[in-house]
Amino acid sequence: MNTKKTDARAAPASSQSEPGWLARLRQSDLWYSFMRHRSAQVAAVVLTLLIVTAMIAPWITPQNPFNPAELELWNAELPPIWDERGQWPFILGTDNQGRDILSAILYGSRISVIIGVATVALSLVIGISLGLVAGYFGGWIDNVLMRLGDVLLSVPTILIAILVSAIARTMLPVGLREIGAGAVLVLAITLSAWVQYARTVRAQTSVERRKEYVQAARLLKVPSRRIMLNHILPNTMTPILVAATLNFGMAILTEATLSFLGIGMPPSQPSLGTLIRFGNQYLFSGMWWMVIFPVLQLSLLVVSVNVLGDWLRDALNPKLR
Amino acid sequence: MIVFLIKRLANAALVMLVVALMAFMIFRFVGDPVELMVNEQTTQAERDALRSRLGLDQPVMVQYARFVLNAMQGDFGISYRNQQSVMALIAERFPATMELVLLATLISLVVGVPLGVITAIHRGRWFSESLQFLSIIGVSLPSFVIGILLILVFAVSLGWLPAFGRGEVVQLGWWSTGLLTHSGRMAIILPAVALSFYQITLVMRLVRAEMLEVLRSDFVKFARARGVPARLIHYRHALRNCLMPVVTMTAMNIGALIAFALVTETVFQWPGMGLLFIQAVTFADIPVMAAYLVIVSFIFVALNTIVDIAYAIIDPRLRDANG
Repeated sequence: MNTKKTDARAAPASSQSEPGWLARLRQSDLWYSFMRHRSAQVAAVVLTLLIVTAMIAPWITPQNPFNPAELELWNAELPPIWDERGQWPFILGTDNQGRDILSAILYGSRISVIIGVATVALSLVIGISLGLVAGYFGGWIDNVLMRLGDVLLSVPTILIAILVSAIARTMLPVGLREIGAGAVLVLAITLSAWVQYARTVRAQTSVERRKEYVQAARLLKVPSRRIMLNHILPNTMTPILVAATLNFGMAILTEATLSFLGIGMPPSQPSLGTLIRFGNQYLFSGMWWMVIFPVLQLSLLVVSVNVLGDWLRDALNPKLR
Repeated sequence: MIVFLIKRLANAALVMLVVALMAFMIFRFVGDPVELMVNEQTTQAERDALRSRLGLDQPVMVQYARFVLNAMQGDFGISYRNQQSVMALIAERFPATMELVLLATLISLVVGVPLGVITAIHRGRWFSESLQFLSIIGVSLPSFVIGILLILVFAVSLGWLPAFGRGEVVQLGWWSTGLLTHSGRMAIILPAVALSFYQITLVMRLVRAEMLEVLRSDFVKFARARGVPARLIHYRHALRNCLMPVVTMTAMNIGALIAFALVTETVFQWPGMGLLFIQAVTFADIPVMAAYLVIVSFIFVALNTIVDIAYAIIDPRLRDANG
């Protein structure tokens, strides 16, 4: 349904250069909708802020929280700065080893965001290519790929991710376990995340390939690969964009859950989930700041991603216009 | 109908065979079980004897077939960690998880359905919009975060409810229940609420979407025109037409809730299957991991199949379309 609209816009855009992309963006329906949604704007600002501070963490934090040489034990267990026992520069307090919570959170967000982005990127590549192939060629390839997807979705996602990362950890040599932890997590989450993209792209592709412009391209002997990538793919991007945004939030959540369970990122390079796992162990010792601030950061991150995703889904849905 | 039934069951059986293959592969990936059982002094002849007694000298396909046959009879071998039958370990933990999951499902329906109706009827009003916004937060907060926050407030600060364990349990045959004792009832509140949180938001959003659809339909307009009171239209006529998808989703999600319960169980140290599984993962106790995977997937697949078949019985159009 929404393809009609994007057809008209995407086709000339790919063939010839239009007025600058900024000008086109400001005339688009999407921008109009964005300017009218206060919650989407707030979410965008918060998300940008969180991602930027996470990325430049090494240059703005008072210490590198994972360099033991920078930790001093007499700074341990300090409450946040607004408490009378709080001390500068430990704004959000310190943990039991004298580690600055704010620095740990920013470093942790960096790991969480990187893993989230990597997971979405990898599942996009796998999902889109398998979906295109399945939808374009149909037949037994289609059957095999979609059945595989069915099976993967018949097992709860979290279970697959836990099993894959658990198995990978026992298989990897001890020296590689800590370094490879991030990659293992990305693979484990991707394993079930690609199915959604593949299904979406496949459904759209099998509709598109029957249309005249694809038939015409085929008659002109344009190679299949080019038809798929240059002609069909742009027409499947709208639902993919929404799915990717929501999946980014999902990936961060799954990673945090695995790390919280102790089968994700190791203590030497903790993500937000690992930090919450530490904090949880001190829940009854009165050091509430060890767990509350990582929890807040994680929630803020995922909530802002999901608010944006929600808005995007409504804004791109032609039925709701 | 019979063709549909056979197709659907064959599909479920295929999925279970693949899941069993995954479980079987875990054993093969994670090293040689003979090496795990013997020590330095074992001679090669003894190793070979052990190998043939365990059936590991046979072709892989034969071993896989035997794994599937044993699993169908509920035999998943012996736990590496505490040398007990895996099935007995899981059966002991099963009631704890089920009580938690069923209570969480109940809470999600009791809270989620009215919230969905209210937000649909009062669309655009401030409290309805803020509830809708809150539901995004509900979807975004991971269940372990909700668990930690609940513990922090109700167990650490207020001291009203216990933060971990299951309290006293009563044995009813093979089923152990915590619902009959005071401490058991107090202990289940926090974990059940934590687990139901996500489900509440799902139910609420689904009911809201369905209600908005139904409220636009002709029969509602007609009822309004006839002067039927609004409360009657909303709760008797409109809501009834929304409940079908809600029931479907709830049934299908019980499987996912069992899987997700492992996170909640870890937070609250709830002695269910999930906690057993996480401990098995930390100790690389493969038979327990494999058994948990197969059992939870079985429940998941069985529920989905039953819902599909029930749908086909109710609505004959689906028989051809989804075959």
